[in-house]
Amino acid sequence: MHVIDLVARKTTWEIIAPNLITLISGLVAFAALVVLIFLLAERTSVKAQEWVKYLVFLVPALALLIIGLIYPAARTILLSFMNANSEEFVGVENYIWAFTRPEILQVLLNTAIWVFVVPTVSTFIGLVIAYLTDRMKSAAVVKSLIFMPMAISMVGASIIWKFVYDYEPSAKKVDIGLLSAISKGLGMEPPNWLLENPLNTFLLIAVMIWIQTGFAMVVLSAAMKNIPDEVVEASMLDGASQLKRFIQITIPMIRASIVVVLTTITIGTLKVFDIVRTMTGGNFQTNVIANEMYTQTFRSLNYGTGSALAVILFLGVVPIILYNIKQLRLERTER
Amino acid sequence: MRATLRRRSTIGVATLAVAALALSGCAATEEEATSDADCSAYADYLGNEGTEVEMYTTIVSPEADLFQESFLDFEECTGITINWNGSQEFEAQLPVRVAGGTAPDLAIFPQPGLLAAMVATGEMVPASSAVAASVDANYTPDWKNYGTVDGTFYAAPLGANVKSFVWYSPKTFADNGWAIPSTWSELLALSDTIAATDVQPWCVGFGSGEATGWVGTDWMEDLMLRFQDAATYDKWVSNEMKFNDPKVAEVLAEAGKILKNPDYVGDVAAIATTTFQDGGAGIVDGSCAMHRQASFIGGILAGDYGAEIVTPADTDVEGGITTFYFPGVSADNKPALGGGEFVGAFSDRPEVQAVQLYLTSADWNNKKASLGGWFSAHLGLDTANVADPVNAVAVEILQNATTFRFDASDLMPAAVGAGTFWKEMTAWVAEDKADKAVLDAIQAGWPAS
Repeated sequence: MHVIDLVARKTTWEIIAPNLITLISGLVAFAALVVLIFLLAERTSVKAQEWVKYLVFLVPALALLIIGLIYPAARTILLSFMNANSEEFVGVENYIWAFTRPEILQVLLNTAIWVFVVPTVSTFIGLVIAYLTDRMKSAAVVKSLIFMPMAISMVGASIIWKFVYDYEPSAKKVDIGLLSAISKGLGMEPPNWLLENPLNTFLLIAVMIWIQTGFAMVVLSAAMKNIPDEVVEASMLDGASQLKRFIQITIPMIRASIVVVLTTITIGTLKVFDIVRTMTGGNFQTNVIANEMYTQTFRSLNYGTGSALAVILFLGVVPIILYNIKQLRLERTER
Repeated sequence: MRATLRRRSTIGVATLAVAALALSGCAATEEEATSDADCSAYADYLGNEGTEVEMYTTIVSPEADLFQESFLDFEECTGITINWNGSQEFEAQLPVRVAGGTAPDLAIFPQPGLLAAMVATGEMVPASSAVAASVDANYTPDWKNYGTVDGTFYAAPLGANVKSFVWYSPKTFADNGWAIPSTWSELLALSDTIAATDVQPWCVGFGSGEATGWVGTDWMEDLMLRFQDAATYDKWVSNEMKFNDPKVAEVLAEAGKILKNPDYVGDVAAIATTTFQDGGAGIVDGSCAMHRQASFIGGILAGDYGAEIVTPADTDVEGGITTFYFPGVSADNKPALGGGEFVGAFSDRPEVQAVQLYLTSADWNNKKASLGGWFSAHLGLDTANVADPVNAVAVEILQNATTFRFDASDLMPAAVGAGTFWKEMTAWVAEDKADKAVLDAIQAGWPAS
C-alpha cells in the first residue's frame, strides 16, 4: 500500500517552515518596533518622555483589553437584543424566552443548584481536610492525593466518573459501574444513575467537588500555616477545646482566604460546561447555562438567545467579583 | 546534578535529530513515488497547475485517508493540490470562519439545513453551469434539489447513505425459523414471536454524546414516510404541517409500539444511555434480534464488535450480519430514507470549480467506491465497485427508489433538527415524556421566521 504514504505529500519541514518564518519575522518586527519606540522616546523632551512612558505601558494593555474584552462584551450584549442571525432588533424577546421556556428555567435552576452546592461543599471538605492535616506527619502524601484531581482535565474526569456511574440494563452482560456494584453489594437494585432526576445533577456536581476540593484544601492549608503560633498557644493555655479553636481561632484568621476560595470556585462553577457536555450532553434535565449557551449559539446558530444566556451568566458573575474586590480592599485597609 | 541535566538535554537533542532524519527520510520516499495514471481522463480540469483548494469537512481519519487517496491521480494530472481539512467541530466552526472572512474554498455539508444557513450569509458561490449540468446528468432531481436553496443550485452531492434498514443475523433468524417481514404489521408480529423466546426482539441505542437522540429522529422519519405520503413528509420538514399535528402524533404512536414496549426493547429508559454503537452490538452476540440503523453501522459493527457483513443467504456464518428493508405499511409501499453530503463553494476560482466538478464525475465516484466502505447516489456508480453486500443493496435502492426522501432532521433548521428534535426524542424514552408533550415542545422550539 504505497498510497497511504503518498497521502502526506508535504514533508514535516515543509509544513513547519512557513510558520517558523512567520514567527521569526513577527518577532523581528516586534523587536524593531520596540527599538523604534525607544529611539523616538530618547529624542523627545523630558516632559514628553513622561507621556511616552504612559503611552508605551498603557496602550498595549488597553488595546488588548478593548479587543479581547470590552468589544466582545459590548457586542454580546448588543446581539442579545437581536434575532437569531443578528439582523434586526427584537428588544428583550430573548430574555423573555430565557425566563419563560420551561427547559431554560430548568437550566437556570440547575445552574443555581451547582453554584450553591459546589463552592460550599468543596470549601467545607477542603477546610476540614486542611485542618486535620495541618500538623499531621505525612500530610504531604494525603494532600497530594486529594490535590491530584486538579491535574485532570474536566473532560478526563467526566469520562472517569461516567464509568463509575455506568449502568447495564441487560442482566446477561457485564456491569462495569462501580456505583451499581456498591448498591448491588448493599442489596439494592441500582437505578440508571444518570437518568434519575434530580439525583443526576448531584452526581455531576460530585465530579466538580472531587476536582475543586483539592484547590480549596491547598489554599486554606497555606493560610492556616500563616496563623501565628502565639495565637494558637494562647488559646491552648486558655483551655480552648479543638473544636472551639477551629471555630473561634482558625476560621476567623483565614476568613479572607475562605472568601477567595469560595468566590473562585463559584465563578468556575458558573462556567461549568465540560462535565455536563461530556456526561449527559445536557439531556435528562441536567443542562446548565454554559452548555445551553454553546448549544444555542453554535448548534442552533441562534446568536440572539445564545448571547442572552451569555449576558445572564455574566450578570451572575458580576456580584461575586464585586464582593471579591470589596473583600480584598477590606483586607488591605485592615493591614 | 548539573551534569545529569546537561547530559539529559544532549540525549534529547540527539533524539530530535534522529527523529528529524527519520522524518526527512520518509518524506523523500513519499516524493519519489509517482503515479502512473493516465492523465487523458482529466482534460476537463487542466490549466490550474500549482493551485491549492481547501476542502473543509466533518470527515476525519480514517475515512479521510481514503478520500485523499482517491484524489491522488487528479492532483498528479491537474497540478491542483486538495488540502483536506477535517474537523469534528465543523458545524460550529464553519459559521465562525465564514463570519470571520476566512471561509474555506469548498465545504462538505452533512446537512442541507446548514447549507441554507450559509447561503443566507451571502458568502457562498452558486455552482458553475458545468457542475449543474453534470449533476443534472448524473443524479436524480431529488439530489440536485437538496443542494438547491431558494431556486439557486449551490452544492453538488457527494457521498450517500440509506437509513431504511433493519440489521439482523441471518444465522440467528435461520436457526429460529424466523421469516423476513414485508409489512409493518408482520414486523410487529415477528417482534411478538421473538419476545416469546429468550432473545430480545430489538436493540436500540440513542446515545451519541451531545448528539444523543438522533437515532430517535431517524425512526420518526422512516415511519413518517411509511404512514404518511411523501408530500406530507415535505410539509412536515418545512413546518407547513405543525410538529404537533395529529398526523405526526400518529407516527410517534407507531414508533412507540416498538421503542416504548419493554417486551421488545428491554429497559426503555436505558435506550437513552446506550450508545448507538453499543446498541447495534446485540445482534452480533445474539442477545437481540433486530436493529434499525443506517447502512454505515455495518462498518462499525465489523470494525469494533467482530461482526462480518454477509448476504441474507449466508445463514451459517457465526457473527454474520446483514439487512432487510425496513418494511412499509403494505408490501408494495417501499419508500427510502437516506442522507448524504453536499459540496458547496465559497470561491469561484477555476480550480475550486474544477474540483467541485470532478467530484460529480463517474470516474471519481467509482474510484472512491472501489476503495471500500463508501457509496454515492451517482447514477453512473457501478455496483460492481461496491464490495460490501449491504452497501450494494443500498446503491440499488438509491438508483431505483420510487420515493426517496432525505433525513428530515438534516433538512430542518438546526435549532430543531440538531436541537429540540434530538433532545425531545431522548426525553421521550429517558423520562417517559408523553407523546403530546414531546411534539408540543418541538413545535415550540421551531424558529419564528
